[in-house]
Amino acid sequence: MNRLPTLEEAFQAARSQGRAALMPYFTIGYPDLLTSFAIVQGIAQAGADIIELGIPFSDPLADGPTIQHSTQVALQNGVTLETCLTFVRQLRQSGVTVPLLLMGYYNPIFSFGEERFVHLASECGAQGLIIPDLPPEEAGGLRQACQHLGLAMIHLIAPTTPPERIRSIAEHTSGFLYVVSVTGVTGAREELPPELVEFIQQVRAVTELPLALGFGISRPQQAVMYGRWVDGVIVGSALIEFVRRSENPIQAATAFVREFRTALESIFSAKKA
Amino acid sequence: MNGAERTKFGKFGGQYVPEVLMPALIELEAAYHQALSDRDFQKEFQHLLQTYVGRPTPLTLAERLSAHFGGARIYLKREDLAHSGAHKINNALGQALLAKKMGKKRLVAETGAGQHGVATATAAALLGLECVIYMGELDMERQKPNLLRMQLLGAEVRAVSSGSRTLKDAINEAIRDWVTNVRDTHYLLGSALGPYPYPQIVRDFQSVIGSEARAQILAQAGRLPSMVIACVGGGSNAIGIFSAFLADPEVCLVGVEAGGSGIESGLHAARFADPRRGRIGVLHGTMTYVLQDEHGQIAQTHSISAGLDYPAVGPQHAYLRSIGRVEYTYVTDQEALEAFLLLAKLEGILPALESAHAVAEALKRAPRLGENHILLINLSGRGDKDLDTILKALSPQSSERPLGKTAQ
Repeated sequence: MNRLPTLEEAFQAARSQGRAALMPYFTIGYPDLLTSFAIVQGIAQAGADIIELGIPFSDPLADGPTIQHSTQVALQNGVTLETCLTFVRQLRQSGVTVPLLLMGYYNPIFSFGEERFVHLASECGAQGLIIPDLPPEEAGGLRQACQHLGLAMIHLIAPTTPPERIRSIAEHTSGFLYVVSVTGVTGAREELPPELVEFIQQVRAVTELPLALGFGISRPQQAVMYGRWVDGVIVGSALIEFVRRSENPIQAATAFVREFRTALESIFSAKKA
Repeated sequence: MNGAERTKFGKFGGQYVPEVLMPALIELEAAYHQALSDRDFQKEFQHLLQTYVGRPTPLTLAERLSAHFGGARIYLKREDLAHSGAHKINNALGQALLAKKMGKKRLVAETGAGQHGVATATAAALLGLECVIYMGELDMERQKPNLLRMQLLGAEVRAVSSGSRTLKDAINEAIRDWVTNVRDTHYLLGSALGPYPYPQIVRDFQSVIGSEARAQILAQAGRLPSMVIACVGGGSNAIGIFSAFLADPEVCLVGVEAGGSGIESGLHAARFADPRRGRIGVLHGTMTYVLQDEHGQIAQTHSISAGLDYPAVGPQHAYLRSIGRVEYTYVTDQEALEAFLLLAKLEGILPALESAHAVAEALKRAPRLGENHILLINLSGRGDKDLDTILKALSPQSSERPLGKTAQ
């Protein structure tokens, strides 16, 4: 396998085009395993810069109804942690080169064995982990394993996180900092909180890490508006919801991502002009 | 980012929660430590326990029940006589006072059997706080009287239709609500579960059960019991009564999980008793024994008692088991039902189905202990809420096998 572009390079490439990186999230195994595989291949081609792959869990307490539903369907389809690792491996074999991150809750990973999981994730071609119910206080073992194998261990910060804690979390994070835009669970939102930009600026002031904004972004205009302030925008529930409503999930996902990418690129052309 | 030991019992416990909640947990920890040394807070809490809850609750010598088996003398710690019908009110009032101190105007809580929901709604009414209770749809059906009580007390009860539609799913929804409204809302967790500092706070607010019972048994019987038995769902009533006896090595402590239809059937909530599915894991913010499948997905549970029908156990219980201080066992639905009927007929007490699990275990052990032994049961709640379930189980069409002669 040729060397894959790193997270840093992916952010750098987007930055050189004057835009935020586009970072879709999709649940592995939704609406079924083969379709989700084709969807991830499709959105990689359609302009995703980094892709987050959701590992299903029975009790996703940081997720709203859309992702809850998608992960339940995935579990009914028999998706396990092993399935997810194989999924990543096969994506790489099929020629997908964008950075791939695995996102999932802690218990299945703990049950599988932290070191074994990190080892296999790295071997399969994943480049980082996001575990929403694992704050840095509890992530010691996993962080060490990740450092050892060159995987990014990405932590989240929320609008309730005070500045000194942001600094401390940033010190324990590699790859980028996942900035949660709202106090709440995942899910598409019409409006994001008015104080969001100020919050992002506060985060910027205490860390050099790239910032990726997630939770609630549902429209290309939102991605453009907030993309000016961060290095990446994460779109999950809105994409899954769009796929759920569509007759042709693969085309729908591809079109959805292309639309976001085009919107993000338009500011660049606007700037050039 | 060190100091994780502070939040744990051995390797159990911790804070496995989304970041948005971490500041709230840190705030709660600080408020709680302040309250511990705040004389006014403690005075107000004690005052409410005495003049509102009706504490101390009595310790009753169950003479006919003891005589029935001709073994140990059985005493009952009567938490069923606490206001609102169970021990849950001790913790609900304590946390509601804390919430007020932190300036939170809204309480959210989960409920299984409805006892914690009723207790929270009661505390919210008393202290003038807004109150939302999450309850699984299945539990709403089987604990209807408590649903109506919560509504009469002014709480909004939200039905949870996801997953197994029981306590686990109610906790998921309560946490999602808390994540969303964390700035003005306190999550009033009802058992010795969840992320630090909840297991410690709930234990401390429930420790009144043990300290009263210890003093009462010394006054009434002149010595400590040989054995203390309590049912364990999350484990708040058990840790509440055990806490006063942990330092007495001569007192044997027994926690009773819900054996449902039997361990082999897979339909149970006995985390410690099922070596295949009961493994160390993380659920709802804490590391403990969790019923799960081989892939780490949380298992569905079953118990006739909604309050014990939960796949994880409080982390301190996992710890106490690991050091051999507390013995854990289980009784089946059927055994709990039989114990319920026996206590009703011999002592005139209708226990909650949860508490009936502790009674059932006591009935197994009492005959084996001599008459010079004392056995103390924590009768954690009253059974009015369970009448529908019990009548259904007793009806001829029921799938439960007919009850034996023990009830006569």
